[in-house]
Amino acid sequence: MDVDVKIPAALAGECGGTRHLTVTLDDGDDLAALLDRIAADHPRLARRLRDEAGNVRRFVNVYIGDDECRRLQGTATPIGPGQAVQILPSIAGGA
Amino acid sequence: MGYLVLIGTKKGLFTATSDDRRDWVLKGPHALDTDGFTAVAEIYAAACDPRTGQILVGAESPHFGPSVWRSNDLAATWHEPQAAPLAFPGDLPYRPLDFSEAPGTDQPDSERKNTVKRLWQLAFGPAEGLVWAGVEPTSLWRSDDGGRTFTFNHALWDHPDHETWGPGGGGAAVHTIVPDPDDPDTVTIAMSAGGIYQTRDGGHSWTGVTKGITVDYGPDPEPASGQCIHKVARDAGGTFFAQSHGPAYRSTDPAAGWTDISASLPSNFGFHITAHPTRPGTAMAYPVSDAMDRFPPDHRISAWRTDDAGDTWRRWGSGLPTEDYFGIVLRDAACHDGDADPAWYFGTRCGDVWAATDSGGQWHQVAAHLPDVLCVRAMNTAAMNTAAMNTTAVHTA
Repeated sequence: MDVDVKIPAALAGECGGTRHLTVTLDDGDDLAALLDRIAADHPRLARRLRDEAGNVRRFVNVYIGDDECRRLQGTATPIGPGQAVQILPSIAGGA
Repeated sequence: MGYLVLIGTKKGLFTATSDDRRDWVLKGPHALDTDGFTAVAEIYAAACDPRTGQILVGAESPHFGPSVWRSNDLAATWHEPQAAPLAFPGDLPYRPLDFSEAPGTDQPDSERKNTVKRLWQLAFGPAEGLVWAGVEPTSLWRSDDGGRTFTFNHALWDHPDHETWGPGGGGAAVHTIVPDPDDPDTVTIAMSAGGIYQTRDGGHSWTGVTKGITVDYGPDPEPASGQCIHKVARDAGGTFFAQSHGPAYRSTDPAAGWTDISASLPSNFGFHITAHPTRPGTAMAYPVSDAMDRFPPDHRISAWRTDDAGDTWRRWGSGLPTEDYFGIVLRDAACHDGDADPAWYFGTRCGDVWAATDSGGQWHQVAAHLPDVLCVRAMNTAAMNTAAMNTTAVHTA
């Protein structure tokens, strides 16, 4: 299945300026698999989102549908058919 | 353009250029990345190599993490690898180095992993392509390709002293790297808190060389390791200077010990110390009044200079503000530009940067009202080997 991933403007340059990526997943794949697919094509974008241990960075939010992944099962959250994924910088950044 | 100054701040990298080291043109904050978020990234580490013109900058975005950018055209354009230039080995047992956990204690069963939090130091070595990186959590990394990729140094991480290391107020990090200018295998590093270590075999083994540096923040006033060191510098004759979380010290052989040289400094605290590039025994310190009162002594911003390896120091403030001033000079916020008649540079937490040539005697403002200055680096670009610079640019990818 194809999943629409919305990229924040602050990172669009890392994927050629587009704000949307289409990621093909297998049935049962989770968010980690989706981020791994992104890493294969856009490694620099991917490391803006996760650290080397695979953790979503503290001030990066990844929404699956209407829910931020930390309120679900984190990167182990399955991505279902028709679910969109949106990546947003959180309200942070310092004074 | 004769001189280039890199000014890393709490929000972005600024550059200043000058032909005469009196009048400066300031630019910035620079966007190192395609999208521009690095214009507000924290810049703790910058390095420039006057032999090649290569510049490296470590930037940390609160949102998108740390990375290393390089420029081969004097900060006009920037390049960043696709793959992370530094990444902890995935099978390395997690080691918390924060006071909220158990300092220095390995937790092999923990689900947590070590991750690069911040680059504190980048330093070019004397061999082509050799760059060392100091990182939080306390670790050292080596690059042999000019800073594109770095290899984690296991020997330092595994040093038995590591159980005595912990975070200073700024974090647990290797923040000082002093490569020997002639021997690529010899490097001196310092960490907060942890001490000073040396390798003479390219990083395969490390020896603690902090004997004689005292502490007033632990039960043992002369511990074998674990001291909080803020900066180490090496002069042209091979004498080392250290500014600790306490007195300043010197040593002609760190393995043999250190001598307190703070008697004529205005305080027993500071963050930075710099040694003259060609004149042995000359160094510059930027004292802070006290560990619990972190302002310039008497609220007067000033450099303090020694020409006798620290036996005596004298205040050098000509041209600096005479009114009360509350910004101090942090660990890497001062340097010289390497000339035989060097200019000395320093920046403060108030966002001011000054420069003074050794022969001129007068400080001139390079920049004002920037964000907190975290690091300052300078080089004479007129003396740079442009042929080497062009060769380096060919390999940029």
